[in-house]
Amino acid sequence: MNTEVVIAGVSLKNPVMTASGTFGSGEEYSEFVDLNRLGGVVTKGMANVPWPGNKTPRIAEIACGMMNAIGLQNPGIDVFIKRDLPFLKQFHTNIIVNVCGKTIEDYCEVVERLSDEPDVSMLEINISCPNVKEGGIAFGQDPKAAERITSEVKKRARQPIIMKLSPNVTDITVMAKAAQEGGADAISLINTLTGMKIDINRRTFAVANKTGGVSGPAIKPIAVRMVYQAANAVKIPVIGMGGIMTVEDALEFIMAGATAVSIGTANFANPYATIEVIEGIERFMENNGVEDIHELIGCVK
Amino acid sequence: MGEKRKVRAVITGLTKLAEDIFSMWIEESFMAGSAKAGQFLALYSDSAERLLPRPISICEIDREKGRLRMVFRVAGAGTEEFSQKKEGDSISVMGPLGNGYALKGKKALLFGGGIGIPPMLELAKELAQEPGCEVQAVLGYRDSRLFLKEELEAYARVYVSTEDGSAGTKGNVLDAVKEHGLTADMIYACGPKPMLKGIQKFAEACHIPAQLSLEEKMACGIGACLACVCESKETDSHSHVKNKRVCKDGPVFSAEEIVL
Ligand SMILES: Cc1cc2nc3c(=O)[nH]c(=O)nc-3n(C[C@H](O)[C@H](O)[C@H](O)COP(=O)(O)OP(=O)(O)OC[C@H]3O[C@@H](n4cnc5c(N)ncnc54)[C@H](O)[C@@H]3O)c2cc1C
Ligand SMILES: Cc1cc2nc3c(=O)[nH]c(=O)nc-3n(C[C@H](O)[C@H](O)[C@H](O)COP(=O)(O)O)c2cc1C
Ligand code: FES
Repeated sequence: MNTEVVIAGVSLKNPVMTASGTFGSGEEYSEFVDLNRLGGVVTKGMANVPWPGNKTPRIAEIACGMMNAIGLQNPGIDVFIKRDLPFLKQFHTNIIVNVCGKTIEDYCEVVERLSDEPDVSMLEINISCPNVKEGGIAFGQDPKAAERITSEVKKRARQPIIMKLSPNVTDITVMAKAAQEGGADAISLINTLTGMKIDINRRTFAVANKTGGVSGPAIKPIAVRMVYQAANAVKIPVIGMGGIMTVEDALEFIMAGATAVSIGTANFANPYATIEVIEGIERFMENNGVEDIHELIGCVK
Repeated sequence: MGEKRKVRAVITGLTKLAEDIFSMWIEESFMAGSAKAGQFLALYSDSAERLLPRPISICEIDREKGRLRMVFRVAGAGTEEFSQKKEGDSISVMGPLGNGYALKGKKALLFGGGIGIPPMLELAKELAQEPGCEVQAVLGYRDSRLFLKEELEAYARVYVSTEDGSAGTKGNVLDAVKEHGLTADMIYACGPKPMLKGIQKFAEACHIPAQLSLEEKMACGIGACLACVCESKETDSHSHVKNKRVCKDGPVFSAEEIVL
């Protein structure tokens, strides 16, 4: 039985990765999960310098999901390289660094700092964070800006680049094509959907940032639809995410056209979620006589 | 792999202590074996609608029987669901989480405000076992519906304040300190932010070291998501900004290290 998939020449022993921002740099969850078993660990967004993030409350629960406005708090790429990378290197898994920035130069600085790090398999470029004022989403909602940042990053990147797309757009295929045009090696989607929750007892916004990114099972049907549309619009591989809690959820994304999947919010409800999905995929393949995971990828047309 | 787990634990006791206040014992010998006063557990709903864990302090640890106790107030749908469970039912729980209190000093002053009272019970119990340690506890309630007071009296000299003056000192916990002229060489506190702010000031003015337990909304509960931060005076070691994680670096912080 083959569960291996290849994205831009990088082999993943199975298609299951973590979603950026939900798994730190892996250390905390390594108390629950054997990181060696994961197809890849995608880190929290890293900028060129430390970012303090937003005020609290940064999260709120919603029916079947949550909203977050963390605001990309991160220690910056230098600390990541010095502290987090040596930790992650101990494991036989792919290290995918999620990159954030306010300007194209910021992104490029991070990407260049990582060019001497052969242990980093891929870079995921976050142009879709709805929770920071500058950068992020500004690149993710305008196809020209998306293409431009993709090509600028691609010029400097030693590793393959995955452009992480925002669902907060009218037509996801336009953005997917823009990333492909810019030279992206893969795309990942979806990032969170911008939402709002009012705390009626305090008569204010439930998260201090007023708006937050909605994630979890509540957004899954939208995510599956967008992954399907994107996968049918571009030739580069698609990494699907958005509300995956179980193996059934993951298989929906794979059948819709995702070569790999990322698991985010589910980790909060169940720290063993990634491993359970990996085992579930193997079980599903066995029970259904599927020899190779590629039989499932995009099998629903 | 580490010392934290997420398991399905059996509820060995669930009783109502006062209006909307419930006491729950669960059987979880692994967590009971390593848990410390001031740490907390994450309780999970059985409803797919509520994904995030509810952080609840450890109120008592019975290491011999391998059991843990929590006392909680019904604050919303999650705690409502927990309150309706029955002895023999099970509940999903992750822990033990956070750092817990550091037991120090010979004259302890414990402050519990409202639903910050529960962690003081295990703390008082452990401090009472320290040779030569005098344990005093000031408990702040809204009104005369007191809970855990008698249980705390087994380990500490207990003083009470109520907002409406229906029991003990009328006012807040610091009004009770004034009324009784209490002194200490170490302060331990858990409760609402305004109370902690007051204690932070009081501790500074009296030059008494203080350990404050904070609350913040949590998603992962283990330090990965950066939802639950509080402002720190010095650059934190994790993100190299001035934000510490309540779930991992706390919930207990020394009064001088944080900005409330
Ligand atoms: C470290 C820590 C220890 C705690 N210990 C206790 C305890 O011993 N006893 C007790 O009664 N309460 C305690 N709390 C508060 C308790 O976590 C909340 O009352 C509870 O989460 C409310 O859940 P709910 O579903 O009933 O309410 P809802 O309002 O429906 O909850 C919605 C969401 O908000 C979160 N939330 C709501 N209030 C709080 C709060 N005050 N702090 C953090 N998250 C909150 C919930 O976890 C949930 O994700 C503690 C909080 C923290 C952070
Ligand atoms: C708390 C939290 C923090 C996140 N941080 C980031 C981030 O730093 N960079 C990023 O590209 N996406 C971030 N995301 C988005 C997730 O990676 C993912 O795209 C989204 O949550 C949808 O997947 P899910 O429903 O499985 O969580 C974050 C999501 C959450 C819930
Ligand atoms: S709740 Fe995730 S870091 Fe504290």
